[in-house]
Amino acid sequence: MEVLFAVLIGCFFGAAIYLMLSKHTVRILLGVALLGNGVNLLLFTTGRLVREVPPIIPAGLDTLAPGTANPLPQALILTAIVISFSFFAFLLVLTYRAYQELGTDDSDDMRLAEPRDEPLPPMGY
Amino acid sequence: MATAQSVPVDLSAALVLSPPPLGDWLVVAPVVLMIGLGALLMMVRKSVRLHGAIAVAGLAALVVVDAALLWRVSTHGPVTMVMGRWLPPFGIAFTADILGSVMALVSAIVGLAAGFFGLRDIDAAGRRYGFFPFLMLLMAGVSGAFLTGDIFNLYVWFEVLLISSFGLLILGSEPEQIEGAMKYALLNLIGTTLFLIAVGYLYAIFGTLNMADLVGRATLMSERAPLTTLTALFILAFAMKAAAFPVNFWLPASYHTPRIVVSALFGGLLTKVGIYSLLRVAIMLLPVEREQLSIAIAVSAVLTMMVGALGALAQSDTRRLVGYVVIAGIGNMMAGIAIGTPAAVSGAVLYAVHSMVTMTALYLVVGEAARLGGSWSLATLGGLYRRSPWFASASFLLMLAAAGLPPMSGLWPKVALLKAAIDIGAWWLAGAILGSAFILTLALARVLLLAYWRPRPQTRIDAPTAVVAPAADWRIILPLGGLTVLTLGFGLFPEPLLQLAQAAAEGLANPQAYIHSVFPGGAAP
Repeated sequence: MEVLFAVLIGCFFGAAIYLMLSKHTVRILLGVALLGNGVNLLLFTTGRLVREVPPIIPAGLDTLAPGTANPLPQALILTAIVISFSFFAFLLVLTYRAYQELGTDDSDDMRLAEPRDEPLPPMGY
Repeated sequence: MATAQSVPVDLSAALVLSPPPLGDWLVVAPVVLMIGLGALLMMVRKSVRLHGAIAVAGLAALVVVDAALLWRVSTHGPVTMVMGRWLPPFGIAFTADILGSVMALVSAIVGLAAGFFGLRDIDAAGRRYGFFPFLMLLMAGVSGAFLTGDIFNLYVWFEVLLISSFGLLILGSEPEQIEGAMKYALLNLIGTTLFLIAVGYLYAIFGTLNMADLVGRATLMSERAPLTTLTALFILAFAMKAAAFPVNFWLPASYHTPRIVVSALFGGLLTKVGIYSLLRVAIMLLPVEREQLSIAIAVSAVLTMMVGALGALAQSDTRRLVGYVVIAGIGNMMAGIAIGTPAAVSGAVLYAVHSMVTMTALYLVVGEAARLGGSWSLATLGGLYRRSPWFASASFLLMLAAAGLPPMSGLWPKVALLKAAIDIGAWWLAGAILGSAFILTLALARVLLLAYWRPRPQTRIDAPTAVVAPAADWRIILPLGGLTVLTLGFGLFPEPLLQLAQAAAEGLANPQAYIHSVFPGGAAP
């Protein structure tokens, strides 16, 4: 099961990196979203996958029996989902505004803050 | 339900039952204060007149709290507090050691200076946009990152400071800002995601996220191969946050676009959070793997120093020039981490403290120079010395500090790093530190020459010659003068800070006191 998930996560990461290598901001954004989901799957897998035994402490014991599912990764993933969701929302708006203001979605053409032909400082006076 | 109650549960195995001593609350106080004030400022967001006073008072209180925390940590050793009273490693622990509390104190001082400067620099529109609430939340994120004892929690604080830094960066919504924010946001988001990936693998290997617990388990680990990959991933993620060489391009693309006080805050604090995390993970958690990767870190450090110094030499926009000076400083700190001996680490800590204060002050200087001279470009600036000799003197002192020349604070960390590099025979690293300092001296001396000593160029008629800048008032003099006096103080009386930095490095190399503060009764179960 873990191997299957590892392959799946690899596919997610591969697709994310491929998309992020693009010049177009929308594709980069999709890559970031995929990367976030890949990381969530990764966190899920790091807790080891156990389906059968839910993490409930049986009566009479005060710790979990060995072999139960790990409850911690879910807490980590929830945090990560909330954060990546809010960041994605912010980035969507930012990308749209950038397209409106700069008139392009090609990151190579975004040279307003870093002009191509910026002069060198004066060599003397 | 009746059956559940019949089972006696030993709560002391899971919870801290005795209430924590009053002094321990100092560990969480900075974060609580800042988040509380951020929420308060959000509530009163319509009455922008109140914002400045509340924020500056809150930041002053933050300085006091952080100073008290540092005093307590340096007299009583590291302090730990856990969330929800759950015993570590199950509860999220906040642990302040000397490194964390020194960084928190200096960041609070820098934040206070930025708050004062913001009173002047941020107009009513910027305040309505939420400059001061964002500032509070940024400080909460920075303080939390410095004081947390849990690596996933460190990730959460990274995101807190990142989202508030986005808000600050696009304050004003100029096209340049949106473009800078685009690059900054994407690259920093990818960097923190890399950090999260590394945290995931760390959890997969060790099964714990508490740093003190991790130290104990890492030393017992016999299978080291996955740890090397993991450390490389951590170093890449934090290098991205710190703007080290191969992943530094977002910094010069974005740091010159926002209001100058925001640039000052970012240049002072954000990259140093990356360096702090690198110190924490590479020196304290995974020292053996850092040793293996030290050549890679050292090469990156040398290239970062050189890129920073040469970039500064090639810029005519003063804000971008300071951005490259920040990068050159990061290279020096990375060199300390690459060497890794306690002397070198204390040099890196010292450099981080110096850099936080000096870089913030330098951005403020550049902003004030632009206000007086009406331009960001070295081609059109001029005559600032005649305009304001006091301001010119402060600028001169700060540029000495940034170049690492006596009598300012920049000298001592450079000396410590040089000595550490020569001690292990890394002459090329020492040469790079000296070389980058030399090039930086040239770049900054040229700023002094062109913007301060040269008479104001009158060649172009359309140049904004008739800039009538109002006289400087206390909202500018206080932060700039305060930071200058602070760097001069570090330079003239370095002894207390040197001792603190050595104690911080010692605490990272031998984290027994740190572990004992988290697990008073011995190692984790």
